[in-house]
Amino acid sequence: MAYSDKVVDHYENPRNVGTLDKSSSEVGTGLVGAPECGDVMRLQIRVNPETNVIEDAKFKTFGCGSAIASSSLATEWVKGKTIDEALTITNTDIVKELALPPVKIHCSVLAEDAIRAAIGDWKKKNNVTETAGVAVAAAH
Amino acid sequence: MSNDMSNTGVVVTESSTPLPAGVHLPIYMDNHATTPLDPRVLEAMLPYFNTKFGNAASRNHSFGWDAEQGVEKAREQIAKLIGATAKEIIFTSGATESNNLAIKGIAEMHRERGNHIITQATEHKAVLDTCKKLEKQGFRVTYLPPQADGLISLKELEEAIVTEGPGKTILVTIMYANNEIGVIQPIAEIGKLCHAKGILFHTDAVQAVGKIPVDVQKDNIDVLSLSAHKLYGPKGVGALYVRRRNPRVQLSEQINGGGHERGMRSGTLNVPGIVGLGAACEIAMNEMEAEAAREIELRDYLKNKLEAALDYTQVNGNMEHHLPGNLNMSFVYVEGESLLMGINDIAVSSGSACTSATLEPSYVLKALGLGDEVAHSSIRFGLGRFNTRAEVDYVSDKLIDVVLKLRELSPLYEMVKEGIDLTKIEWAAH
Repeated sequence: MAYSDKVVDHYENPRNVGTLDKSSSEVGTGLVGAPECGDVMRLQIRVNPETNVIEDAKFKTFGCGSAIASSSLATEWVKGKTIDEALTITNTDIVKELALPPVKIHCSVLAEDAIRAAIGDWKKKNNVTETAGVAVAAAH
Repeated sequence: MSNDMSNTGVVVTESSTPLPAGVHLPIYMDNHATTPLDPRVLEAMLPYFNTKFGNAASRNHSFGWDAEQGVEKAREQIAKLIGATAKEIIFTSGATESNNLAIKGIAEMHRERGNHIITQATEHKAVLDTCKKLEKQGFRVTYLPPQADGLISLKELEEAIVTEGPGKTILVTIMYANNEIGVIQPIAEIGKLCHAKGILFHTDAVQAVGKIPVDVQKDNIDVLSLSAHKLYGPKGVGALYVRRRNPRVQLSEQINGGGHERGMRSGTLNVPGIVGLGAACEIAMNEMEAEAAREIELRDYLKNKLEAALDYTQVNGNMEHHLPGNLNMSFVYVEGESLLMGINDIAVSSGSACTSATLEPSYVLKALGLGDEVAHSSIRFGLGRFNTRAEVDYVSDKLIDVVLKLRELSPLYEMVKEGIDLTKIEWAAH
């Protein structure tokens, strides 16, 4: 099976590999996948509390070349975006950009899940979930 | 794209490691999948494509006689390698056909005597799928699980045997040596047990013949499958050994036609292929011992080098009862396909199957009780006749580099290093 040039590029030169301090309130961590499925992605974002802009993103991935490329690309794309903008990234965008074949679509789905999980974690830490919003409103 | 393609389809790029003398890329180290044709085998075959092109079944002219002579010489060469007589060798298109003929042929012929067959979970699909087909036809099949080291338990085999009634066991089929983990089963003991109980014993010996001593008499084998392309012969030709005395094995033919091969396998013989198989067997007969010693040395060198440089490695399968050229190793916390992608100028196999829709790793490794994450991180090295020490050095150096790089990328490796127990995490399976 042939990999696209973009997958090979991300595999050989992965962007934003690393770890952010997961105890920081500015950091959201998403850990998705499972070792027995052969894919685990951890994507982390550091969000500016004033602007809600993702100022830094890091990843580590256990998985095939397409999984590594999908998560590497995801960190590139979320950087500089606001939380709301980042949530508009979908797996089909990743499939298109990396020219993933049908058997590798699950890698892109996992990368989208990782973005959502990281944002979800940040929101939970900073009480910006919908339920938290309702709770605040009810207190007034 | 250049023409320089590897198994992963990635363009082979200039390596940062300088290429040692005598190493040419890509390196072939997947000799369980197939082997290159030995030049001496090719030479033996060539006349049978042009000057000696006759049909071995043509009885009344010299073209036929020449072809027949080539075939009969090959029959002798094969028989000699496995301790059989020439009359006990039936030519087929390969081991898949040999396995089908053996298992279906015996099941059909002996249906009156019983309907139970015993095999093991780590057989090749050519045996497993054949058994599954027979199950649909009313046979009962026991798939023995291997022990953690890949060997079957003789006690479990004995307990599975049914000696009375319509559910009587008629056939035991256990492979000689495994194609993924290289483990060699206690064939002589299995054969002895079968003979004591009056049960026929078939073995798929594709990975063993020509690599380690195989003797149908000492090993108590009744029917044996072998294939030319696993021992430096051509693809598309194989053989089935069918015992003629003590006991005389009878099986139903699966292909009908001109009654070739004593009626057991009709069809015009693949004369050049058969001549090639014979030549490959003769070379193996003469060189097997020295070749095995050389491959064991190379394999242990590879294994020791990798183990010295990397933590969290695991060798899969019993290493004492083991094929000379096989090494199946897991590089835990690194996924196999990404590993292959990093060593795309080296042809090896992975136990991971991320390319398949099911995402299921190797059923052989799973049968050993390996966790999926360990199975996903396994690589099968198949060293062969033409691999050199310089190649092993190149392969190990490159592999170590790639494993280290991918572990830097691996969240699992980081977590384990931090002392986190991965089994305690609630993973979201997808």
